[in-house]
Amino acid sequence: MSGRRRLSLNQRLALAIPYLWIAAFFLAPMALIAKISLSHSVLARPPYEPRFALSDTLAAFWAKAQSLTFDNYRALVSDNLYFDAYVSSLWIAAVSTLVTLFVAYPFALAMARSPRAWRPFLIGLAAAPFWTSFLIRVYAWIALLKDEGLINTALMALGIIDAPLVLFATSGAVIIGIVYSYLPFMLLPIYAALEGQDPSLREAAADLGATPAQVFLRVTLPLSRDGVIAGALLVFIPAVGEFVIPDLLGGSDTLMIGRTLWNDFFANHDWPAASAVAVVLVAILLIPLLMWERARLREEEGRR
Amino acid sequence: MSRSANAARIATLSLGFVFLYAPIVILAAMSFNASRLVSVWGGFSTKWYAALLENELLLQSAKISFAAALLSAAIATLLGLLAAVALARFGGFRSRMLFFGAVHAPLVLPEVVLGLALLSCFVALGVGRGFLTLVIGHVTFTMCFTTVALLAALRGCDPTLEEAAMDLGATPAKAFVLVALPQIAPAMASAFLLAFTLSLDDLVIASFATGPGATTLPMRIYSQVRLGVSPQINAISTLLLGAVAVALGVSALVMQAGRRRGL
Repeated sequence: MSGRRRLSLNQRLALAIPYLWIAAFFLAPMALIAKISLSHSVLARPPYEPRFALSDTLAAFWAKAQSLTFDNYRALVSDNLYFDAYVSSLWIAAVSTLVTLFVAYPFALAMARSPRAWRPFLIGLAAAPFWTSFLIRVYAWIALLKDEGLINTALMALGIIDAPLVLFATSGAVIIGIVYSYLPFMLLPIYAALEGQDPSLREAAADLGATPAQVFLRVTLPLSRDGVIAGALLVFIPAVGEFVIPDLLGGSDTLMIGRTLWNDFFANHDWPAASAVAVVLVAILLIPLLMWERARLREEEGRR
Repeated sequence: MSRSANAARIATLSLGFVFLYAPIVILAAMSFNASRLVSVWGGFSTKWYAALLENELLLQSAKISFAAALLSAAIATLLGLLAAVALARFGGFRSRMLFFGAVHAPLVLPEVVLGLALLSCFVALGVGRGFLTLVIGHVTFTMCFTTVALLAALRGCDPTLEEAAMDLGATPAKAFVLVALPQIAPAMASAFLLAFTLSLDDLVIASFATGPGATTLPMRIYSQVRLGVSPQINAISTLLLGAVAVALGVSALVMQAGRRRGL
């Protein structure tokens, strides 16, 4: 819809309210972050010098504009800490997304193939933990994974191991935490895709001589593609910027970018560095997403 | 379905639900453990619940969390409704793309980024942080969820009913309130509930957006968890889980009753 339309007065009023809110508390703050990421760290440290004072003359504004620097971005590139944190965040998020997929797919398939009357109950049961506190669910894993935790206690009591396994404060613990916390985000879209499939397609494939494995690989799996992609995005994107899970379950050697940003901001009070980290993080996530969306639109247009 | 496929299905479901519920069940069991240690069962006791009732700080934070969640969910539902109406009914107005993008962007933004942006904005504006900025932060980050939920509901409404009302002389606004709004009332309720849950559960945005006077429950729990595992946290967690279970049960019953009335 490219045709522009003039709105009535009522419509304008209705639009203005959410628009103003978004402009004031989302667009302006994001612009501010971009601006802070370009300033000197000393200048921008609290007590923070207001950057957009209304009393500024044009000359003062110009002087401030000239003080912009790309130093913070240069620091991001030259400091291995940041580079390693980005890479390790992307890596942990990717592995977690893959593990979540392998846990969620059979689970979703089993639900979708259950008797129809049972499905709403099963879906409710699977979604219920999502409605309970995220922090509490992550915290519960500490009690399971610690050296004197329940997994190690149980394994030692059974005589399977002699010394406790190091589970807590590792990257593995972070991955378990992410898989557990984000499982519903993967489970529900895949279930929706599988539940909507026409069973006669599978029957037709089987009648034509396909083995159950072939039916799965050539009918069920391709038809659930959209659910898998949606689930993977819903897990991967928040996992890259995750702060709580690596902070509670990860060790001091588990580098993730959300935690680095948090430290730069709350511990080092280096606003420009934290802002630069945030801008790059958004770019890393948004650019591939926009490119994927554009490719999808083009594919749709090509089909028409 | 063959018997082996059926057995595999049941085994998969069981494993999945054990994975989902084991940590929660263990947490709840530990809240009744007289021993302070996680791995040692010291007998049944409710002493951690008693200690909880005397923990003024924790109770105060719970109050702040609930108040902020109620207020921000109400505002986010109203703003989300207006935004969804604009996107669903106003056609291709100017800057529609920008509006659409800005409304949906917080969905794909890491929470730390939005939190940082909000805090920078509050500091730049010279606003003291506290309950008000907490609510503003939560409205901003939950509003995209309410908009998406309400937009889907509005698109599912039959527009001919509203057109009929307007043919009969109702103004567009009146037609919307009298015809479309009742149709999307269940979606409004679920959008409110979604925003309420997100706000109640949020740690990251709250840490950036609030000040010393308005510490939320997740912030309090987070700081205590970092200091060491406390059975009191198990107790308050179990209470919260119980509250959620009751709320889910009630909403299921309400939905059942509604279905029986043929709604």
